[in-house]
Amino acid sequence: MADSNERIRVLIAKVGLDGHDRGVKIVARTLRDAGMDVIYTGLHRTPEEVVEAAVQEDVDVIGVSILSGAHMTVFPKILDALRARDADDILVVGGGVIPDDDCEALKARGVREILLQDTPPAEIVGMIRRVVAERGAR
Amino acid sequence: MTDTTATNQPSAGVDATAAARLARDVAAWERDEVAKFVAKAPERQAEFATLGGFALKRSYTALDVADTPLEDIGLPGRFPYTRGPYPTMYRGRTWTMRQIAGFGTAEDTNARFKYLIANGQTGLSTDFDMPTLMGFDSDHPMSEGEVGREGVAIDTLADMERLFDGIDLTRISVSMTINPSAWILLAMYIAVAKRRGYDLNALSGTIQADILKEYQAQKEWIFPIAPSVRIVRDCITFCARNMKRYNPINISGYHVSEAGSSPLDEIAFTMCNLIAYVEEVRKTGMHVDEFAPRLAFFYVCQSDFFEEIAKFRAVRRVYAKIMRDRFGATNPESMRLRFHCQTAAASLTKPQYEINIVRTGLQALAAVLGGAQSLHTNGRDEAFAIPTEEAMRIALRTQQIIADESGVASVVDPLGGSYFVESLTTQYEKAVFAIIDEVDRNGGTVKLTEKGWFQRRIADFAYETAIKKANGEKPVIGVNKYVMPDETFDLELHPYDTSTATRQVDALNRVRHERDNAKVAALLDRLVAVAGDPSQNILPLTIELVEAGASMGDIVEKLKTLWGTYRERPIF
Repeated sequence: MADSNERIRVLIAKVGLDGHDRGVKIVARTLRDAGMDVIYTGLHRTPEEVVEAAVQEDVDVIGVSILSGAHMTVFPKILDALRARDADDILVVGGGVIPDDDCEALKARGVREILLQDTPPAEIVGMIRRVVAERGAR
Repeated sequence: MTDTTATNQPSAGVDATAAARLARDVAAWERDEVAKFVAKAPERQAEFATLGGFALKRSYTALDVADTPLEDIGLPGRFPYTRGPYPTMYRGRTWTMRQIAGFGTAEDTNARFKYLIANGQTGLSTDFDMPTLMGFDSDHPMSEGEVGREGVAIDTLADMERLFDGIDLTRISVSMTINPSAWILLAMYIAVAKRRGYDLNALSGTIQADILKEYQAQKEWIFPIAPSVRIVRDCITFCARNMKRYNPINISGYHVSEAGSSPLDEIAFTMCNLIAYVEEVRKTGMHVDEFAPRLAFFYVCQSDFFEEIAKFRAVRRVYAKIMRDRFGATNPESMRLRFHCQTAAASLTKPQYEINIVRTGLQALAAVLGGAQSLHTNGRDEAFAIPTEEAMRIALRTQQIIADESGVASVVDPLGGSYFVESLTTQYEKAVFAIIDEVDRNGGTVKLTEKGWFQRRIADFAYETAIKKANGEKPVIGVNKYVMPDETFDLELHPYDTSTATRQVDALNRVRHERDNAKVAALLDRLVAVAGDPSQNILPLTIELVEAGASMGDIVEKLKTLWGTYRERPIF
């Protein structure tokens, strides 16, 4: 369907042992309510599983939520796995509890945006639309 | 309106004649004073409600407690314990000040424990890192980046010995926040006590071991639900027989709330889970009075002050009635609900983080007015990272001010008899029983957990809360009101020592090198046999295993071959 080709597709992921899923579910529901196709991986996925699902589902964006402090381990693994599969047109964004200094480091490493707690739903939707528009058509 | 003549029970309201006069007075007041005043100065909102969504009246009178029998309010230390589990409460001893701590290796956390004890803390509480919570050894691939980060890393008995080095476990109670792997930590704790020659009946403390709320809310699990509930059962029956002062479970609403639930669902879900555990233990033939006195609870204190107080009072009443009327308890100790309380981490903000001290102070005061047995107050910096020593000291001092300066600890249940608080307490009680009825009618707690019913209710309320925060309906100072746009943060955060994982894995490998591997392997094979026979208790052999140097990962991985693992069907 032509219509569905225009819908932004987002994979929302929880990686590692972190079980905090309050925020990730709110984000998933917010994006779905905004008309995007949302796939949620569920908890405790490995970076490889997330990248595999993202490629299979042909998503525009992977959104990773981390509140456990393991972000400096997890994000680089996802970015590297995407590059290894020649799929780095899939954008990676993040959310959770992440110190400001680490946010800067992760963005320098290739994470497109990081949204922290209490980000209003409209801002989350706007950010996803913006980064996809900035990337342009694939 | 409320008709007190319908019942012969004396109620907390007034008699029929006085009630009729009062009803006329209230109507006149609404018509005269209120209407005129509001015409000149409108109220801030058309309707007021608690954070949990209970509609609030302008003011409360004796008419509002007409449906509350006097004996439901009762007296402290007497059924149904609305006013507190003990007759003297904080006049005897103030609540246990129990700040949770845990990071890095056992040595790192041991030093923090000693710091807290030196500052007047009266109980210990342990946070474990994610691999320990989920039953992975520190060198498992899933543990990468997580070792010692959110809590202390424990792999073997040797770690447990270092964790409590120099601390007399017969003189301080120790709470351990751990769930699917709780029985292994309990086995290690017992092994430490045995090596030191302690009488197990002298140990007081708690393991959380509330697995049902994990599937519903906190999402730390290993095995499928049935074997996991059996492990909980084994902890309860083992402790009932061998550790008279130890709480083998801490049925927890805290994580239900932090996952986004309403305060009503928080306490209602703990009662649903309670019922499931009690039924499971009774199947072994154990009478409820043999184990119920050591069932313990854990709740959050959120920021709606009076609602939280009513919540605590209501859940004590509900529990007493369930234990007596549903399970036939006769020992008063089986009917009095005791709970640990923690202020609400999810209410803390990064913006203007210092005001978290005030939020936490108000929540702590509500916990005390609600009759908590022990309390953790959060650090001001917990929206950034795990708390620094200074943040923990201020949090502890907050409790000490309430205990020693405010005077609130001098009278038991000082809000008892408040028309408003009593009315809200009764509304809460009725609403909890309505949820329990619904769960009973639909197949019970385990079935509804499998179907995601609890998870859905939590996710729905969390979403509603997020919308209310975004549109300002739920004010959060510094976030959607009184915002300081140019705020910059300059605070010292708890550092993560990057050598933690290496140090921890080295310690684990030392144990593996020194132990008798053939003996461990033989014990692990026996464990599978014991685990496969639900009539047996898994703890005694687990104690033998940790004494022989088996790691948590050894035990868990072996049992995965028998039981498999749990995978959630995600909903949002």
